[in-house]
Amino acid sequence: MKGKSLISINDYSKEEQISILELAAHFEQNPIQKILDGYVVATLFFEPSTRTRLSFESAVNRLGGKVIGFSDSSSSSVKKGESLKDTILTVSNYSDLIVMRNPVEGSARYASEVSKVPVINAGDGSNQHPTQTLLDLYTIRQTQKTLDNLHVAFVGDLKYGRTVHSLVQALCNYNTTFYFISPNELKLPSYIKMNIKNSNLKYYQLTDMAEVMSNIDILYMTRVQRERFSDPLEYERVKDAYILKRDMLTDIKENMKILHPLPRVNEISEDVDDTPQAYYFQQALNGVFVRQALITSILGIK
Amino acid sequence: MVTELKVSAIENGTVIDHIPSKNVFQVIKILDLENFDNQILFGTNLESKKYGTKGIIKVRNKYFADDDINRISLVAPKATLIVIKDFQVVEKRRVEVPDTIDGIVRCFNPNCITNVENVATKFKVVSKDEVILQCHYCEKNTVKKNISFK
Ligand SMILES: [Zn+2]
Repeated sequence: MKGKSLISINDYSKEEQISILELAAHFEQNPIQKILDGYVVATLFFEPSTRTRLSFESAVNRLGGKVIGFSDSSSSSVKKGESLKDTILTVSNYSDLIVMRNPVEGSARYASEVSKVPVINAGDGSNQHPTQTLLDLYTIRQTQKTLDNLHVAFVGDLKYGRTVHSLVQALCNYNTTFYFISPNELKLPSYIKMNIKNSNLKYYQLTDMAEVMSNIDILYMTRVQRERFSDPLEYERVKDAYILKRDMLTDIKENMKILHPLPRVNEISEDVDDTPQAYYFQQALNGVFVRQALITSILGIK
Repeated sequence: MVTELKVSAIENGTVIDHIPSKNVFQVIKILDLENFDNQILFGTNLESKKYGTKGIIKVRNKYFADDDINRISLVAPKATLIVIKDFQVVEKRRVEVPDTIDGIVRCFNPNCITNVENVATKFKVVSKDEVILQCHYCEKNTVKKNISFK
């Protein structure tokens, strides 16, 4: 993967994804190694995302590399009207790798085409956020010891959630059975369902998560936001159906784990946090190991 | 024969027939004929047995590459390409929807980099029958009814 930008999860083959996950397991065992001495990674955040930025910067710092960049566009030359192309060309003179988050969809792909150094997409609007997908895959593999033949339920806003879209696309490589539980207004878009159909996999669309609880290995929760509804009354009517409560975790498989891309609002009630199924905080920690694996692979160090 | 007479025959060049009348100017734009020095003849609202009315364009002394001519399939899916040498038809074929579309179509997503900065569009044709274009940059689909030209 040396020199290969990661913009969209499908840019990496199944084998390349697995090799990142295996290397991430190695960094989980040894997170502090001074192997990036002398390397400079630029983190260009055109919109703030503290969680993602800190995860990348922690990954680089623990490997002894240096980070340059900005955390939102108000403090940069971008505000003065510089084009993305000029910013990327300039920064690629100063760095070995660019990590970019930008609210404009497709900006990461474009940056990778003009940049002299590889680019990692840390989120381009509603489009892609592939390192989140890798860390989701890593966490699923960590908890289930495999990625193959799992039953995975997605709950909440499946229409706008890019995290869900990318993870569904990635899981199509692993013979997954999918359960999609959402309000009617926030169903998974048909172009994502097309990926599942093309892979000849099974999926079920429901509005009530209670029906699937006993079947699933992974419960992937997402936020349902009021502003996504055209009718606010509809939001009020359905919102409670997509909140996970402790008493719903009675008839479940032993290996079942709950994931969430964080931050959560109220879709997982806090009394779920200390159940053996809650795994969303470990999931967030895995982001550092996965990003260490990705950065060192792209720089050709590991 | 009557329609042929309305736009006179050419000795060498290309005839594009069976263009929907209302899209003749669009085809001219897509092929960038405005900037050609060659002699160009065109007609719209001509009678067509198959489609009611049609448009036709004749470009003297010009032969198009397949990739160029196939781009017009977005607005003229039933167009016929007729290659003429010495007043003889040497080739006649339908245009085909290409695998990729570069440059001419606007991405329907207003938050796409191609609509925010000066970046040329690129699309993968994910359905030739329904004409669905997937943006190379934002990965969103532009469907036939939303296609507009840059
Ligand atoms: Zn686009």
